[in-house]
Amino acid sequence: MHEHLEQASQPEGLQRLVIEPVSRVEGHGKVTLLLDDAGRVQQARLHIVEFRGFERFIQGRPFREVPTLVQRLCGICPVSHLLAASKACDPFVLGSSAITPTAKALRRLLHHAQVLQSNALHFFHLASPDLLFGFDADPAQRNVFGVLATNRELGLRGIRIRKYGQEVIRLLTGKRVHGTGSAPGGFLHPLSLAARASMQQDIDTIIDWCAASLQLARDQYLANEAEYRNFAATRSAFLSLVTADGAAELYDGVLRVKDAEGRLIVDGHDPARYSDLIREEVKPWSYMKFPYLAPFGHDGGYYRVGPLARINNADVLPTPLAEAARREFSDYGGGKPVQAALAQHWARMIDTLMCAETIRELLDAPELTGSEVMGESSDTLREGVGVIEAPRGTLIHHYRLAEDDTIACANLIVSTTHNNRGMNDSVRGVAAQYFDGRTITEGLLNRIEVAIRAYDPCLSCATHALGQMPLIVEALAADGQPVSQLIRHADGQFSRALP
Amino acid sequence: MNGNDFTFVLDGENIRFEPGQTIMEAATQAGIYIPHLCYHADYRPRGSCKLCTVKINGRFGSACTMPVQPGMQIDNDTDELTAMRRRLVQMLFVEGNHYCPHCEKSGNCQLQAVAYHVGMTDSHYPHFYPLRQLDASHPDMLLDRDRCIACELCVRASLESDGKAVFGLAGRGSRTRVVVNSESGLLGDSDFSADDVAARICPTGALIPKREAYLRPIGARQYDLRDIAHNAPPDPPSPEQMP
Repeated sequence: MHEHLEQASQPEGLQRLVIEPVSRVEGHGKVTLLLDDAGRVQQARLHIVEFRGFERFIQGRPFREVPTLVQRLCGICPVSHLLAASKACDPFVLGSSAITPTAKALRRLLHHAQVLQSNALHFFHLASPDLLFGFDADPAQRNVFGVLATNRELGLRGIRIRKYGQEVIRLLTGKRVHGTGSAPGGFLHPLSLAARASMQQDIDTIIDWCAASLQLARDQYLANEAEYRNFAATRSAFLSLVTADGAAELYDGVLRVKDAEGRLIVDGHDPARYSDLIREEVKPWSYMKFPYLAPFGHDGGYYRVGPLARINNADVLPTPLAEAARREFSDYGGGKPVQAALAQHWARMIDTLMCAETIRELLDAPELTGSEVMGESSDTLREGVGVIEAPRGTLIHHYRLAEDDTIACANLIVSTTHNNRGMNDSVRGVAAQYFDGRTITEGLLNRIEVAIRAYDPCLSCATHALGQMPLIVEALAADGQPVSQLIRHADGQFSRALP
Repeated sequence: MNGNDFTFVLDGENIRFEPGQTIMEAATQAGIYIPHLCYHADYRPRGSCKLCTVKINGRFGSACTMPVQPGMQIDNDTDELTAMRRRLVQMLFVEGNHYCPHCEKSGNCQLQAVAYHVGMTDSHYPHFYPLRQLDASHPDMLLDRDRCIACELCVRASLESDGKAVFGLAGRGSRTRVVVNSESGLLGDSDFSADDVAARICPTGALIPKREAYLRPIGARQYDLRDIAHNAPPDPPSPEQMP
């Protein structure tokens, strides 16, 4: 919707306004705005300014090490990378055979716990302060501690939902973050009955809390619908995994794309053939690539991923409470995909409820505590693709082996990358809508960050300190002289060095 | 002191020893841990890692090579020696490429365990990031030179226990590297076997079996629950010990 703001026609001499770092997100991002003499935004970009390089430095490493290595891409969603890499490396051990039913149940449980905890972190810790207090609220209040101070029950509930997911991960992998468990060919250890009983103890409460939190996210959106509907607005197609019969699916399945009108334009696409569907474009001003749907060309191939895509794309959700919520969400969209950036939080909480319900089903499944966790085959393959729905959306790992079973070639497309164009378009929408061209306000900064957080709290799949990062934003006149400056200090206080 | 008084003093404690024992042997027999990496009870000591350096009557010496004499006054567990050992371990870490977060040996690794024991919390020195060759040519074993600390235990075990002489050290100083005795220089072309004693001797993750990655769950690994000082002798886990 705002593509014309990606590149100013005559960038020379325009005022340059920089937001760096972007706060309450994990990783390093930077937003630049170029303004003309009348203060109108001529160019707006979200730059991802750090380079990770995992695809290169896992080359030459033994493949059995790779899932545990690549999970270090992220401190919020390491399990997603562990599982996507395990899936991609399964053919190196199993050939065309499937992992055992027990290994699959264990991986699915691990994955749903991961999405549960990560969604809870995203919604409660990072995004809810904006929604509960408003975009212009006192920045000192606008954080998770503010949520705890004003709505203690809600804040604690969010923390405990996340804690539950983390605890399931710990019981399965030995650690809450960066454990070991899933491996090429299956799972390394069976699950004890005691560990399962421990997980079963609180799951009903977690489902109740997730249902209540979904209600809150829904009510919050609908109460502010007039503003939220057009906030950071963009229009795209949606990509996600679904089962062969069109139900939402996080761990397995086939790729589906619905266009902005809700028409199925790709369905039943084999994830192993993702490269037929997705091309990646490189832009000189960001380390993050810009993928698009190849069959529809660069302009027509704009798509987004994540909970919004999952809920928009699914014909049905596999669990009853979540499915009822999906129907309501679908009714709100009038049968067409919901596009609003802030509706992502509503969709995210439907997704979270689906995870909690699925965890209960998995915990009751007899195969979960089986002993056959690792498979083997003498007829192995040399190339593998693993695709899952990570918390922020479709995650693709693709590896090819060298003769000596080390990685010859790797390609990773993480969820954030899919949404690069969406985030950029939303940032442009906010900048065009809210900047008056004269004074940078804290409210403007936060609105830009609100748009980014609606998609993703972890820009680079990296872990960094949460909270009040120091931030200086300057508007420079055409001659380079500062005309406005706003400083956010590490303690959350603001000051102006210039008027 | 008479001719039968075979005792010495280690950190203020009277320790009995048998004639001919090294300080390391006598201390180990008495249940006292002296940090070490290149020492192994089954092989002749080399004294190359210097981690077992103790103060003998006020002078520095290697516990693994120095024979005990009656009446020796030896300092082992002191702040001064721990600080020096910490520096030595930090140098070992920066000279190689030791990435514990994803290393298969993590939790079962003597280098890592000794680092914890001596209180290493950072690398202190700038990393060398050396370019070293990974050898994955053997069907059952992996030689990851990134993690090699040149302790020579594989060299000694292959020669003395397996009678094969598969390994040797080449180069000097920080460029010292383990080399393989085969026409191509590749492990897969040597007569090395996963059943060799040398296959289970490496104190780090440099020489490890394939297909056993991360088998021991976090929390049940060798050094997860106990400091290496209470774990000695730190034999590598056998396949039967795997959960």
